[in-house]
Amino acid sequence: MKLSTNFVKDYVDIDVDVKTLAEDMTRVGNEYDEAGKLVNATKLVVGEVKECEMHPDSDHLHICKVDVGNEILNIVCGAPNVRKGLKVIVALDGAELPGGTIKRGVIRGQESNGMLCSMLELGIEHKYVDEADKTGIHEFPADAPVGADAIEYMQMQDDVIDFDLTANRGDLLSILGMAYEIGAIYDKKVRDIDLKYSEIDDDITNSFKVEVNTENCSIFLAKAVKDIQIGESPTFIKNRLIASGIRPINNVVDISNYVMLETGQPLHFYDLDTLKGKIEVRMAKNGEKLITLDNVERTLSDEDIVISDGERAIGLAGVMGGLDTEITENTKNVLIESAIFNGVKVRKTSKAILRSEASSRFEKGLDPNRTYMAMSRACKLLQEYAAGKVLKGMAKYDNENLENREIEISFEKINNVLGMDIPKKDVLDVFRRLAFEVIINGNKIDYTETEEELKNVEKIIVSVPRRRGDISIKEDLIEEVGRIYGVDNIVGRLPEMLLKEGSYDKVYRGIRNKMVDLGLNETLSYILVNDKEAKYFTKDDTELVSLLDPMTEERNTLRHSILPSLLKIYEYNKARNNKDVSIFEIGKTFYKKDEEYGEKNKLAVLATGEFYLGVGAKKQVDFYILKGITEEIMDYLGYAGRYSIVIKENQMPEELHPGQSALISVNNDIIGIIGRIHPLLAKEAVYVMEIDLDKLLDKKVGKMKYKEISRFPSVKKDLAVVVDKKVLSADVATLIKKAGGSSLTKIELFDVYTGKGIEENKKSIAYSLTFEKMDRTLTDDEINEILNKIIEILEKKIGAELRK
Amino acid sequence: MEEQISKIKRVAIEEASKATSAKELDEVKVKYLGKKGELTAILRGMGSLSPEERPVIGSKVNEAREQIERLIKEREEEFAKQELERKLQEEKIDITLPSTKVKRGSKHPLNRIIEEVEDLFVSMGYDVVTGPELETDEYCFERLNLPKGHPARDMQDSFYITSEYLLRTQTSAVQARTMMANTEKTPIRVICPGKTYRRDDDATHSHQFSQVEGLVVDKNISLADLKGTLEVFVRKLLGENLQLRFRPSYFPFTEPSYEVDVSCFKCGGKGCNLCKQTGWIEVLGSGIVHPNVLKMGGYDPEIYSGFAFGTGLDRIAMFKYGITDIRLLYQNDVRFLNQFDRLDR
Repeated sequence: MKLSTNFVKDYVDIDVDVKTLAEDMTRVGNEYDEAGKLVNATKLVVGEVKECEMHPDSDHLHICKVDVGNEILNIVCGAPNVRKGLKVIVALDGAELPGGTIKRGVIRGQESNGMLCSMLELGIEHKYVDEADKTGIHEFPADAPVGADAIEYMQMQDDVIDFDLTANRGDLLSILGMAYEIGAIYDKKVRDIDLKYSEIDDDITNSFKVEVNTENCSIFLAKAVKDIQIGESPTFIKNRLIASGIRPINNVVDISNYVMLETGQPLHFYDLDTLKGKIEVRMAKNGEKLITLDNVERTLSDEDIVISDGERAIGLAGVMGGLDTEITENTKNVLIESAIFNGVKVRKTSKAILRSEASSRFEKGLDPNRTYMAMSRACKLLQEYAAGKVLKGMAKYDNENLENREIEISFEKINNVLGMDIPKKDVLDVFRRLAFEVIINGNKIDYTETEEELKNVEKIIVSVPRRRGDISIKEDLIEEVGRIYGVDNIVGRLPEMLLKEGSYDKVYRGIRNKMVDLGLNETLSYILVNDKEAKYFTKDDTELVSLLDPMTEERNTLRHSILPSLLKIYEYNKARNNKDVSIFEIGKTFYKKDEEYGEKNKLAVLATGEFYLGVGAKKQVDFYILKGITEEIMDYLGYAGRYSIVIKENQMPEELHPGQSALISVNNDIIGIIGRIHPLLAKEAVYVMEIDLDKLLDKKVGKMKYKEISRFPSVKKDLAVVVDKKVLSADVATLIKKAGGSSLTKIELFDVYTGKGIEENKKSIAYSLTFEKMDRTLTDDEINEILNKIIEILEKKIGAELRK
Repeated sequence: MEEQISKIKRVAIEEASKATSAKELDEVKVKYLGKKGELTAILRGMGSLSPEERPVIGSKVNEAREQIERLIKEREEEFAKQELERKLQEEKIDITLPSTKVKRGSKHPLNRIIEEVEDLFVSMGYDVVTGPELETDEYCFERLNLPKGHPARDMQDSFYITSEYLLRTQTSAVQARTMMANTEKTPIRVICPGKTYRRDDDATHSHQFSQVEGLVVDKNISLADLKGTLEVFVRKLLGENLQLRFRPSYFPFTEPSYEVDVSCFKCGGKGCNLCKQTGWIEVLGSGIVHPNVLKMGGYDPEIYSGFAFGTGLDRIAMFKYGITDIRLLYQNDVRFLNQFDRLDR
């Protein structure tokens, strides 16, 4: 809402400058974006072009001699409409305009001592200016006084504040509402609005009926004004509309907007002669058609409120009028509509068609007293500025309650909620300044009560005018006291509550810390990806979740896996030549199954380039580094011995390299994937891992417990066997473990060798085996016996040979 | 015989004293004290002596042996020491060569802030709770006193999935969930950090961002409790001695509602480009829980009251670490991420 301070000063005195007013309004909850002059320019005077000749060295510049009252200035001007005898705006040497400072100078060899201006150069927006201003300079009427201050002459010495209002304060979408707010801040009284006009003897109710056939219209007033003369609005109306952000059109249209600005009540004017003696408000029929005044045919639904003439729709209530009944240059007789429509319905209709100054006011709620007030005000202004004759009587439907809302509240409650100790008199004073009535023991008070007299008063009734639609419960009144009295003096304290330890998810924190310990960088990526990538890296049987109205096609679907997001991050880094990327993320993924939506928490890792393995050691990332990270996190979470890295045909996501990928299984339940990204998706060697944390953490883990250690030394033996190349090392280890029995406590693979000395299709695998007994040191003989048993079984089961 | 002993002793001591290396010394040791050494030879020849002479000569030999042994031991230690010195000298390294690095990983700055906030509130007895990001209209809006068609819904342009499901626009959605989940209707003290989504994307807005929400419900909770709590919060996160200003505002789920400004931590309130010359920076939205919200959550507003607050963590992270473009938080350039690897003291 743009507030013209000239406009609001009609109703309340303001003694402070515009910046102070804006800041003080902010302190009571009304933020602003900008505050300043309507025309932010200096040293502008009215001038008369005395001579005007073409510039000798230019095809469009003119050299003018301009009378500015006390002297004749030589000014070079490029406007096509500059001509001898024209009254113009002259920016003198040193004038400050929004675009910069005007300085005396020489233009193509000709002296120029100022600038002739268009309204655009004064900072007035394009949509408000005349045609002349759009292509050339502003043209004053012939009687403009030469030498006068141009801004004063145009009556544009106004200050404007552009407020960013909260959604509950619909009352501030009116000059009167602003006046009450400013009055409350500075303790000033709001002046009455002038509603006086005379009526002719004709009675509109004899020839016109209003019928409301929907609950979505609570009040509808109609009055007629005859014999209006359409023309230009007076300057002050035009300027106030411009300052308020509305384009002036003609006196009649301008008056409907002016009254809306003053009272907050949107009005609609019909050409009375196009109507058929009746207005009916009803819900539209599905498929009903209406050509709105922007000349577009609209197809309506039963969610739209329409105005009809009894036969057909002639307007969309609160949103836009119909083309057939609109005010034109030839309109003589006007029917004024002042009504309140259901805000939710207006909002819905306007969202589909046009959000306007009017529709936003309906959405935020209106005061039915103002519905009457606006009607009278419009009649008055049409009589005064459009020579209209107001008919007697009013066709109306009124199902509104005009009464104030009475709310009971105790002083104690106010202080309890605010945590303050405000004297009773000061509480009452807030309501006085807001122009609310207060009732104590059934009597309206006159605010002269002393604190002593109020000593035994616990409860009061506050009578809130309908204009403050935002106030309906005690808490709203408490907010008003806080706003106007101020809460700067509240002394902060901590709530007195039971002492207890707070809690947070230590497992997630632990996982994050562990991943950081491993040298990985944590990322935070977008959950929205495109519908193709959303499925990547899963063999999920669930459906994707997609947005109804995405901002871009690149982000239209919620991811099934975190990995597509990490892949994007990898690509971003690659493009910046960051070759070593080792990242992880804990986040959500989304799915739809059997018409139900769900989320899964996942942990994902992506690594490529060089990876740091502890102190100093670097290695190119490969499958086994990812496997190591996986094992590290699984062991850390207590799943040691319960998981395995397995391959299951037809269950591997297609985005992974078929020869370098596997599934992570815990107790035979698949909880994750690991592998290299398929070369078709990433040319370089990029490895990933992802674990479904919800599924994993569901598997219970016991408390950490000490396990007895042997008091006797262990013995280490190396064992190298030659096996077929296809044999998996894990299978060899399993056989060794089985054969080794309980004394074999550790099996570590330390070498895999193929090449010289080993047959083709064979490989040598070497293990370091640790033997240990709880009750004694094992003898060489005992160990050799076990080793022989292991070798025997390996020979028998997989044809292994001891490597010599 | 005695003379012979003292001569051996004298010569042996002289030789031991003159020895210039551990090896020479060892040779002396063998020559006199070894199995075939000169003193040993005398002991062996004692059989030919009279029983009276034997103890006398025996003790002389032992005395000489002890003296020689003592000297040799002293000299051995001397050589060992010299050897150690030499070895230490030899092992001297260039300590100015580059170190062998241990790479640390890093936590994302937004999660660092979240952990800091969690630790602070957990220390004050708050529970950290979470809720779905794919939320229902009911919890995101309706139970927060924002019925369908409410004009304030425009404050948050949402990503809808269906007419009932959407990506949550605010962590406030968790308020209602927390109240509903507390079937005993005992006092509540929670914070909820998490991701939120709105249809908005420019240099200062990201369609995905993070918030933290706080909710306290008990008997006699007032605006003063809110102010005290937020003072602790803001000062811990952004700096000691900062001042708070409560500016009335409007949120459908609190009444009264306040936006909280903090005195500018860059200029101290004098006015600068960060605070747009006002001396204040808006950091939080807050207020006293609206009675309708309490009611819908199963708490009687005549008995219970509460406060709630929420703040955007992206902006806090940007302030705290001096990040000027919000997009850096989501691009995840490793050169950016690597900077958040230290203990922030």
